[in-house]
Amino acid sequence: MPVVNYSAREIVCKIVYVGPGRSGKTTNLQYIYDRVPSNRRGTMVSLATQTERTLFFDFLPLELGTISGFSTRFQLYTVPGQVYYRATRRLVLQGADGVIFVADSQRRQMDENVESLRDLHEYLAEQGTDPREFPLVMQYNKQDLPRDLITSTAILDETLNFRAVPSFAADALHGPGVFETLRAAAELVLGKLSTPVAAGMGTER
Amino acid sequence: MIDGRFRFDNFVVGAANRLAVSAVRAVADTPGVVYNPLFIYSSSGLGKTHLLGALGTQVKRLHPDLVVEYATLDDFVDQLHGAIASGQAEAFKRRYQSIGVLLLDDVQFLTGKPETQSEMLRVLNALQASGRQVVMTSDRPPSEIADVDERLVTRLSGGLIVDIGAPDYETRVAILRHKCLERGASFPPGVLEEVARVSAANVRELQGTLNRLIAQQAILDAPIGVEEARTMLGNANNNGLPNEFESFLSDVAVAVAQHVEGWRAKLSERINHWTRQGFRATALEQAMAAAEMPADLEALDARFAATVEHLRSLEAEAARINPAHAGLAIFRDPERVGDAEAFVAAEQSSQATLPAPDERLSFDSLRQTAQNEVAVLAAREIIEHPGARYNPLVVVGPAGAGKTHLVHAVANALRQRNGRVVRVACTTGEAFVEELIAAVQQGTVERWRAKYRSCDVFVLDGLEAVADKELTQDELFHLFNALVTRGAQLVFATQREPAALGTLAERMRSRLEGGLVVHVAIEVTEPAEVKKAAEAKQAVKSRAKPLVSAAVARRLTPLSITPPEGVSETVQGVSDSYFLDTEKIVLDWPDADGLLIEEMR
Repeated sequence: MPVVNYSAREIVCKIVYVGPGRSGKTTNLQYIYDRVPSNRRGTMVSLATQTERTLFFDFLPLELGTISGFSTRFQLYTVPGQVYYRATRRLVLQGADGVIFVADSQRRQMDENVESLRDLHEYLAEQGTDPREFPLVMQYNKQDLPRDLITSTAILDETLNFRAVPSFAADALHGPGVFETLRAAAELVLGKLSTPVAAGMGTER
Repeated sequence: MIDGRFRFDNFVVGAANRLAVSAVRAVADTPGVVYNPLFIYSSSGLGKTHLLGALGTQVKRLHPDLVVEYATLDDFVDQLHGAIASGQAEAFKRRYQSIGVLLLDDVQFLTGKPETQSEMLRVLNALQASGRQVVMTSDRPPSEIADVDERLVTRLSGGLIVDIGAPDYETRVAILRHKCLERGASFPPGVLEEVARVSAANVRELQGTLNRLIAQQAILDAPIGVEEARTMLGNANNNGLPNEFESFLSDVAVAVAQHVEGWRAKLSERINHWTRQGFRATALEQAMAAAEMPADLEALDARFAATVEHLRSLEAEAARINPAHAGLAIFRDPERVGDAEAFVAAEQSSQATLPAPDERLSFDSLRQTAQNEVAVLAAREIIEHPGARYNPLVVVGPAGAGKTHLVHAVANALRQRNGRVVRVACTTGEAFVEELIAAVQQGTVERWRAKYRSCDVFVLDGLEAVADKELTQDELFHLFNALVTRGAQLVFATQREPAALGTLAERMRSRLEGGLVVHVAIEVTEPAEVKKAAEAKQAVKSRAKPLVSAAVARRLTPLSITPPEGVSETVQGVSDSYFLDTEKIVLDWPDADGLLIEEMR
């Protein structure tokens, strides 16, 4: 997982939003897109169906400028959530430095959440990645919905977050929790910089 | 003076300042025991001065017997200077050493004040040795205050260093509510929250925003609603939304700084620094790509900086010679400093002014006669095909035969050839020798050599002057070879044939004879001016004759004869070539009429 290229003096982090369909992954990206000054962001690429469902992926490049002498860029991706886009998900997840799992807090979506999380773990297992070492952050989206429609973050934590990774309640449509989640993911990913693997020789991505 | 308004009970504690407040409280409870010195740093407007004041107030309350001194670094400097000026430096020291708790604000201004630093180091040492408490604030950690003595940095960092971060949203709301209570102002629900959301993450600015709202509410004499507040704040921050990104950005920056190895960050910053200025930083980039930190990072950096400095001076020199050379790529690559040096050396030599031919001696004014016919033809050939036909051309002839005119004419003609820049050197044998002597004396032989070797046409008038100079001959020999190899044209003028120049080295002689040796002789035909002069002379005679006859007839009565007008001038204008030497002709005879009469007799 080389996120840092010493010879080009750049840090590139690929963070992928995964989660069940309609859980709000693209909404996360759109919220971020709207808040980032135009000189810091690239064009958001969104391949969606007519009903605004993500067909292939969304892509949002962020230029964070030069930090500690390194030109720092974040690439945010979303995968299509529906179960039958498994192959596309695999493709987009390829080379991800960190994953944000966007869970749908609606009570009736719990099974989809579990199914999607299992799919993610399957992918990590296929890649031979140790899920305990992999930067993962949970986001419990739609927490703004009426209490009786949603599962509390405590129960979501208990059900989905058995590895006790950082988790955030969020309302991606209005913003709360969106940047917090991204920030936590960024910190986990950047934490990998000092590990021996990442300190490898300026490997090109 | 400690400002009594600053107390712990009106200081809002949030996540960002909790550690600092705990440390200050601990110090207030037991001054000089824990965290000594205590160093608090934060951006401006986040409560450093408030905490210092609160600490002072609390210490005074809890330990009334302790002397508490609050001063900004500026006060400290002023007092120090005042004490020194009034010769009371000792009193100054004693005063500070009697203090129980010293609160020093804004110590970042230590930068560039070496005397203050050394005095402060003494004061700190004395205070700490006697168990007194020192608390300092700054806008940056001790290690980042520029130009501070290492010993003082160690001293400042010796206790506890805490920072105060920007308050989070909740703390901002709490601060605003607290300020409203203090001011006795009240706002409809949601207004303060809106201010906290929109306003910058700096308490002073937050307070400024609140002040505007309070003032506005007083003017309108009606409560301000959320919408009005939002409008009034101008939504300058685009609903405060970019702040979300800015704060994300600053967190990422912190994370990167924590996880990138320090030396890599430093190296990377150096590389960026140099590349921004247009320099290639290959050496540093290689070090960057290495697995381990280079053993001599500082030395590497210093070496690189020195090389860049050298390149800059080379560039300046090149630009002085030719402004177009400024910014050439060769001056931007420290790996090619050798090439840059060579380039500048070549420029220096090529720009050295070559001796020029006399412009008055042009080819057009050269008269072709039977005596110089061959030489002129050869010269024309050379002008048509320099370096290709007769190389070298050696013009042999006595003084006054027009050698100088001929060789200068060739040089001038080649100089103006087709508008192309032709580097022509035209010098005399004596000057050539003198230049070499001067170069030897000044140690600039290399440059002198390069100057002549860079020319396309080399004309040496007076080869005999070189013949008996050993070193000059050597130089001329090498120059000859270098120029012929390059296809440059050489022209020599000499009074005697090379073979007749006994002191000329054989190798030089054979090379001269390998070109074309042509002879010129003194012209014997009378030029027009001479004829004119003769006619004028005849006119004098004819005008004089009747006068002389008359004089004789009057039995040689003394008589004054004035020459006819204009005669004298005409005679003076006569070319010396007729008489061969100006010394041999007297143009103004004293008492000319007397002499003439003498002649006539």
